[in-house]
Amino acid sequence: MSERVVAAAEEGQVVELRRSGRRPRAVANGVRAAAILVALVVLAVFPLVFSNPAVTTIAFFTLVFMTSTTAWNGFAGYSGYIPLGHAVFFGTGAYTLAIVAQDLHMPGGYGVFWLVPLAGAAALVVAIPFGLIALRTRRHTFVVITIAIFFIFQLLSFNLGITQGSSGIQTPTPPWFGGAFNIPFYYVGAVILVLSIAVSWFIRRSRFGLQTLAIRDDEDRARGLGVQVGRVKLVGYVISAIPVGMVGALYAYFIGQIFPQSAFDPLFDITIALMAFLGGLGTVSGPLLGALVLEPLQQYFTVSDPSYYLIAYGALFLIVILALPRGVVPTVGAWIGNRRARRAAPSPAAAGEASGGAPGGTRYAATVRSGE
Amino acid sequence: MALLEMEDVRKSFGGLQALSACSLEVEEGSIAGLIGPNGSGKTTLFNIVTGYERIREGAVRFRGTAITNSTPERVFALGIGRTFQLTRIFTRLSVVENMLVATQRHEGWLRSVLRPAGSASEHRRAMELLDFVGIARLADAPAGTLSYGQRKLLDLACVLVADPSVILLDEPAGGINPTLIGLLAQRIRELNRQGKTFLIVEHNMEFVMSLCHRVTVMDFGKTIVSGPPDVVRSDRRVLDAYLGTEEADGDEAP
Ligand SMILES: Nc1ncnc2c1ncn2[C@@H]1O[C@H](COP(=O)(O)OP(=O)(O)OP(=O)(O)O)[C@@H](O)[C@H]1O
Ligand SMILES: [Mg+2]
Repeated sequence: MSERVVAAAEEGQVVELRRSGRRPRAVANGVRAAAILVALVVLAVFPLVFSNPAVTTIAFFTLVFMTSTTAWNGFAGYSGYIPLGHAVFFGTGAYTLAIVAQDLHMPGGYGVFWLVPLAGAAALVVAIPFGLIALRTRRHTFVVITIAIFFIFQLLSFNLGITQGSSGIQTPTPPWFGGAFNIPFYYVGAVILVLSIAVSWFIRRSRFGLQTLAIRDDEDRARGLGVQVGRVKLVGYVISAIPVGMVGALYAYFIGQIFPQSAFDPLFDITIALMAFLGGLGTVSGPLLGALVLEPLQQYFTVSDPSYYLIAYGALFLIVILALPRGVVPTVGAWIGNRRARRAAPSPAAAGEASGGAPGGTRYAATVRSGE
Repeated sequence: MALLEMEDVRKSFGGLQALSACSLEVEEGSIAGLIGPNGSGKTTLFNIVTGYERIREGAVRFRGTAITNSTPERVFALGIGRTFQLTRIFTRLSVVENMLVATQRHEGWLRSVLRPAGSASEHRRAMELLDFVGIARLADAPAGTLSYGQRKLLDLACVLVADPSVILLDEPAGGINPTLIGLLAQRIRELNRQGKTFLIVEHNMEFVMSLCHRVTVMDFGKTIVSGPPDVVRSDRRVLDAYLGTEEADGDEAP
């Protein structure tokens, strides 16, 4: 056996990964580009094909949650910090649109949509102090702090004059009616979603994203390699708040009236976290898939029997955590990868397993040999 | 003036005095060794220099400027790199991604958000360094699949990416096989010839004595002897320090 083969056999699965990854890369890129194109076309024509208002309503809510979970995952999935207070940004966005539209006496119409970016900016402004406080802590403490801050905001929205307490605020009534009512909301939601996905994808590829992932793996070591962890975490957190604020505003305009309990809803974070966990935390497509499956289900349950869906959600959360801890997308990805690898190179896998158990053995020799 | 100076550093954890009156100087361009029995405070001293632990007494200076109680980020930006005793890498990133985390010592946050990770030249540099330590073949592998020795090499390569002027290695030869130890020593010498300064904590005496220009011995949180390897090797106090803990070591050993 030649030296290279010996080295390969000793490296086991590592070699397989590379071998299976190289040649199909161009093909995979092509497939991915085609899939994105198809998805965009489906997104664009969906309400034209399925114009039934009951369907487009579900589609609209699905867009809201796809956006929220994508944004949330852009922080939580990449950094490993699990915030459960993003409903604060949803509520901030919703109230920003409602209050500004009311104060300016804005008539219903397309003009109100211009308040959506403003709501995103409001979420950004709120996220800075929120993040500065919560991100001083790590792990479980961080989760608890975000929940605590969420409840502070909910309480404030019940009691502050500006939010008009539990009587809520009316948003302007759009002048368009009937079967086409949902359409403008749908398309604004679709634009926000596409932008959010683009941002999430862009972050994943940037050095900033790489540093965020490094924080997830070992925050202290990242600091030792010069990653300004405080800044990276805060920027990631704030970026994740903006789309959530925007869809909060869109939601307020769509619903027509905003209340503290619907704007600052504790179930909001549970829902987007479940969507991300189900599809695959830290992947771009996972949370989208999660929302695409769960939100229509939830809407269906809410309409048919509202008491069931909470139980169903709880049960599903348990199943996901126990059976698919990494989520659907990574699990399926690994499964396909393994199958491909097994087909490509059956013998090195066995050799790799045999030598993998004993650190300090022959595997290093291979390394040294190739290094010289 | 020494490149890196620790002067009279003291540190206690609760009631335990981990460091008392610890002084050490590392000359520019040298390979300095730091040895001592288990628990004598070597890692604690590294943590203090690199900003992971804070002190109330003592001073740390780099090129004559005080860096006492700085943060790890700032210490790294000044050009001091370190590895950890229990090797730490980013297990869920690929090997080459591990290398790209650290490539820019000074980069604004907006720039880091807007730029894709790793320009062509950074990639080339990362691959060169991986090749230098002998794991270039594994560039695309998830770092979590590396063996222990390969992790140590990756850890070293990561530190080299940003071109630090001083490198602190905490037990680089611990738990790796003799062939690899040979490669490691050779690489350290080569880097030293290129002008890099090293401070190395290591229990492998052969490794330390053959590599280092100057060796400092610690015992019970104090630096007790410092000098060329030959002198240190035959110093009475060093023998005492090691013989005194020989029994305790024997108890702990698996
Ligand atoms: N964070 C900490 N909290 C409490 N005690 C600590 C802490 N870090 C170190 N110590 C104690 O300080 C002393 C010095 O530890 P240190 O790790 O610096 O020793 P070392 O010389 O690196 O030993 P080794 O050769 O085993 O790595 C030990 O008694 C250790 O138990
Ligand atoms: Mg130590």
